Amino acid sequence: MADVRQIVIDIISDIAPDEDVTNLDDKISLREQLDLDSMDFLDIVMELRKRHKVEVPQEDYPKLATLESCVSYLSPKFA
Amino acid sequence: MDDAKRIVITGIGLTAPNGNNLTEFREALLNCKSGVQHTEIRYMGKQVAGLCDFDEYKYQSKKLRRRGTRAGSISIYCANEAVADAKLDWNALDKSMVGVYLGITEHGNVETENEIYEMHQNQLDWKLWSPHHNPRTVANSPAGEVTLNLNITGPHYTLGSACAGGNVGIVQGVQQLILGEVDLALAGGVSESPQTFGIFAAFAAQGALAHHEDPTKASRPLDINRNGIAISEGGCIYVLERLSDAKKRGAKVYAEIVGYAINSDATDFVNPNGERQVECMHKAIKRAGITVSDIDIVNMHATGTGTGDVNESKAVRDAFAESSKTFINFTKGHIGHAMGAAGALELAGNIPSFEDGIVHPGMNVTELDPACVIKNLVINEPKLAGNVNYILNNSFGMLGINSAVIVKKYTP
Repeated sequence: MADVRQIVIDIISDIAPDEDVTNLDDKISLREQLDLDSMDFLDIVMELRKRHKVEVPQEDYPKLATLESCVSYLSPKFA
Repeated sequence: MDDAKRIVITGIGLTAPNGNNLTEFREALLNCKSGVQHTEIRYMGKQVAGLCDFDEYKYQSKKLRRRGTRAGSISIYCANEAVADAKLDWNALDKSMVGVYLGITEHGNVETENEIYEMHQNQLDWKLWSPHHNPRTVANSPAGEVTLNLNITGPHYTLGSACAGGNVGIVQGVQQLILGEVDLALAGGVSESPQTFGIFAAFAAQGALAHHEDPTKASRPLDINRNGIAISEGGCIYVLERLSDAKKRGAKVYAEIVGYAINSDATDFVNPNGERQVECMHKAIKRAGITVSDIDIVNMHATGTGTGDVNESKAVRDAFAESSKTFINFTKGHIGHAMGAAGALELAGNIPSFEDGIVHPGMNVTELDPACVIKNLVINEPKLAGNVNYILNNSFGMLGINSAVIVKKYTP
């Protein structure tokens, strides 16, 4: 079973290398905790597709708001 | 002349393959230290190139470096170094009256090639094409990155002018200051060309790509055995101001820009036209209100190609036939061809001559091509010239664009 939480964190670390991702709260919006903008979320979607062949349709982008929602939304796609 | 119409250089920020500030660069030029090395180019393997080693994160976050381009990164480094060198009170400055004018040979090749390569590596999945591609490849991109980084709200754009770009950026800055469009110009040129395979492959196809088992000897303009261009990256950005403003704030003045000219061959896509080059140099000299005998140093464009060097050597001989004291040098033996940055960088390398009276040599000439013999050519060893008052800097490019900039030792 893929560690979806870690997969997302690894991608964020590459996209926003200046950010500290060690103590993220899974329930709080990623944008509240990190300096991420809409282009960064497009990069997250792109990296999910490139690295893991996981596609996130545009209408589902809001489901990537928190780490918890990422895990909940993406886990079935990694199953 | 009215001080408000006299444009002066009050700051210099640069990165060259052999130095990351003017002091390092000048020392490397005087000591014939090359910045050309071997590097791996996609598909082609080992090639020579001039690569810079400045700290990309000195003035930029890792995230924004990743989002932008190498050209943007070089521009941001040079702009910040120039602003610091000029000792400007940046926070107090009206940023709406600052303009950014950067000459480029090309922009977007690197980023486009990278996207195509990634897509090719991923079964042509076009949905992997980056959303950053457009902001990275719009032609104003390197200048725009400078404005984002330094909160500049005045005008910014690049000047697409092939390898005349560095000079053309300077000319644009001068003109905008004289017009009163801005109060301060960050002007010069930038190149990220070694990151692209296409430019290497195209020069190779032309039989004009430099090669040598010792990369530091690959770029050898005017040598009988020269075999082409060593492609380089780099950047050089000047702080330009009206003399009246520079005096007001007690700025150190490096030099005054007193002459310039840009013209076109209208003869060929790639082959230069020496007659037009002579006209360009003479137009710049006329604008400066001086004669050819007043020019102390001419920095040749001299790229290391067969016909280019022969053409320009004749042009310089003809243009300065009536001067007995004009020294001639070139810079690409040291750093390769820094493309859009070349004009601005090579001018900077000669500006310290106003203080030290020394002409830096062109390097790597083992046997001078008889077709490139020029009176007072300075090669392989620096030459003490004594009092240097005027420097003329040549930069030419494809599609027949010629440019010459003349700087004068500052006298209040």
